[in-house]
Amino acid sequence: MHKLFIRSFVSSLVFLFTLTVAAVAKDVKAAFVYIGPTGDHGWTYQHDVGRKAVEAAGFKTTYVEGVPESADAERVLRQLANSGHDVIFTTSFGYMNPTNKVAKEFPNVKFEHATGYKREHPNVATYAARFYEGRAILGTIAGSMTKSNVIGYVASFPIPEVIRGINSFTLAAQKVNPNIKTKIVWAFTWYDPGKEAEAAKALIDQGADIIAQHTDSTAIVQIAEKAGVYAFGQASDMDKFAPKAVLTSVENNWGPYYVERVKAVANGTWNQKDTWHGIGDGMVVISDLDSAIPSNVRSKVKKLQADLASGKVHAFTGPIYDQKGNLMVAEGKTADDGMLAGMMTYVKGVEGDIPK
Amino acid sequence: MIKIVKRDQPSRAIFFLTPVLAIFLTLVAGGLIFYILGFKPFEALKFFFIVPIADKYGFSELLLKATPLCLIAIGLSFCFKSNNWNIGAEGQLTFGAIVSGGVALLFYEQQGFYILPIVILAGAIGGMLYASIPAILKTYFNTNEILVSLMLVYVSKLILDYLVVGPWSNPEGFNFPETRQFSDSARLPLLFEGLRIHAGIFLALAAVVISWFVFYKTYLGFQMKVSGFSLKTAKYAGYKGKKMIILVFLISGACAGLAGVGEITGPIGQLHREVSPDYGFTAIIVAFLGRLHPVGIIFASLVVAITYLGAETAQIFMQIPKYTGQVFQGMILFFLLASDYLLFFKFKFIGSKK
Repeated sequence: MHKLFIRSFVSSLVFLFTLTVAAVAKDVKAAFVYIGPTGDHGWTYQHDVGRKAVEAAGFKTTYVEGVPESADAERVLRQLANSGHDVIFTTSFGYMNPTNKVAKEFPNVKFEHATGYKREHPNVATYAARFYEGRAILGTIAGSMTKSNVIGYVASFPIPEVIRGINSFTLAAQKVNPNIKTKIVWAFTWYDPGKEAEAAKALIDQGADIIAQHTDSTAIVQIAEKAGVYAFGQASDMDKFAPKAVLTSVENNWGPYYVERVKAVANGTWNQKDTWHGIGDGMVVISDLDSAIPSNVRSKVKKLQADLASGKVHAFTGPIYDQKGNLMVAEGKTADDGMLAGMMTYVKGVEGDIPK
Repeated sequence: MIKIVKRDQPSRAIFFLTPVLAIFLTLVAGGLIFYILGFKPFEALKFFFIVPIADKYGFSELLLKATPLCLIAIGLSFCFKSNNWNIGAEGQLTFGAIVSGGVALLFYEQQGFYILPIVILAGAIGGMLYASIPAILKTYFNTNEILVSLMLVYVSKLILDYLVVGPWSNPEGFNFPETRQFSDSARLPLLFEGLRIHAGIFLALAAVVISWFVFYKTYLGFQMKVSGFSLKTAKYAGYKGKKMIILVFLISGACAGLAGVGEITGPIGQLHREVSPDYGFTAIIVAFLGRLHPVGIIFASLVVAITYLGAETAQIFMQIPKYTGQVFQGMILFFLLASDYLLFFKFKFIGSKK
């Protein structure tokens, strides 16, 4: 009797304790700052999918969309930090300096900045995805399926992230088809359906029968659908916008990272770090392959996907030469993260010059 | 029966009352929109218009936001008063920011009291240079200044893109599209510790005072007024139209350029692709809402500035889409233009006996 009482007392104590812990954990509030509208079906849309995953995990979230990278970003960040948010995800490169500035004033709030490199205070972490791994998959498909051997690529800005994607794509395509050429059109925008469509048309006119993109709208895949050429979706699965043209998409899957980081804040285990996850960690996801892709290509893709995930294959494995034929990465070596982070030269097989 | 009668003369009282009416109608329509969207209208309006400026910090942010709007709108009122439709203040702002930013970058490792005045002056000159293009094309080649000034906005943004991506990008910045941070000597001093409001507000206030003096106390102001009423009369009176056109464009460009300086040497501290969230276009609304009157423009810039802040607060606390801020700006202009009808017409109640 006595024992039973103690046991039930202890178990109820434990129960109460877990309740309190759970209650404390649930109290954590996360905020997300977006550059575009949540309905862009590209960059911001995918971050919002990630935010919903955080909600589903039982946390409260807030978001502010369409925050320009002008002086306004700082005010929005300060307001979020001031209104009881424990962790703030700033999801565009241009928020880098405001994020670090506001982080200094709010040492108890955690800041997570996407795609930047500045972590000036202990409460600032950075994260990005190894999208170039996804682009190696796209390159493999494109190299196998092109008939004209000309592949078009709509690029946004000449920064290492984009150059790295072009190179990874081209290297993978060359592995399956040494004769391919990658033609680039720079749109100088992340999201502008009009400009992106013009760029895609220009590439199709130059003989490209497959179009890849590093911009966010669905305009390019829709142009490809009309012109009867193939394309790849960006950021989210764009298959429904161009069912015939889209061979597959590289999806940005932020949900698992967001949930993990918000939980870490709740448990008090959050730490400053720089995260760069790829296919293996599930931050980069390849959508379902289109039925137009023949089975031999399909098996090649599946194998590469598994090898990239396990780390058996690196997208930048030597020998890699630049456009002039100089050796960039020696045979048997792979490019390290430092080289990838600062990559500003095209590999052999890419046409044109990087705009300066 | 109600009859609509044309007024003999535009009513002066109505002239200054319609902006107030427009703001009131915007609040009513805004409340209605919130209601339709499923939000409590009064609570939403409270988060939109009162909460953001309820504390010292919020109020300082309001002034910070209103400063460029006021400055640009004052400049635009010189153009608009004299029948010159400068729609390209955004481009003049951008070009002013480019020139002053370039000068600030030249001095990036140096300190000295002389740097800031040079940077500010460079911004004003940049804005003037850029505004002189539509002005000269209009006076000597009869081009339409609306089109020219508007198209030049996009040109200026492309020039800025080119510079921050290419030759001016931060050498330590992994080729991201941004310049180095300016040195402290090239930054506008902050007025209060911990707040972002900076000395640029004095530029705006000076513009208000000077414009009032020019509009109402000088021959130039009179010429602008006459040209505004009728270009033919101005010609008949023997005014040198070309000189005036170029002058008002230069003033307008200088103000927009200074607004650009205020942004990059104030809160931003560097050049990147987005120095302005379209202040140059929003200032057109401010100029008209303020009735092209310097004092009116002060109030109008505060009202429009709060739609930006309110949209952020409303999204954070009530999950109202942030883009409603732009809806509010659009509604203000719409209701203002609509109620201008009352300037020229009045409703007359006619008894049935007649």
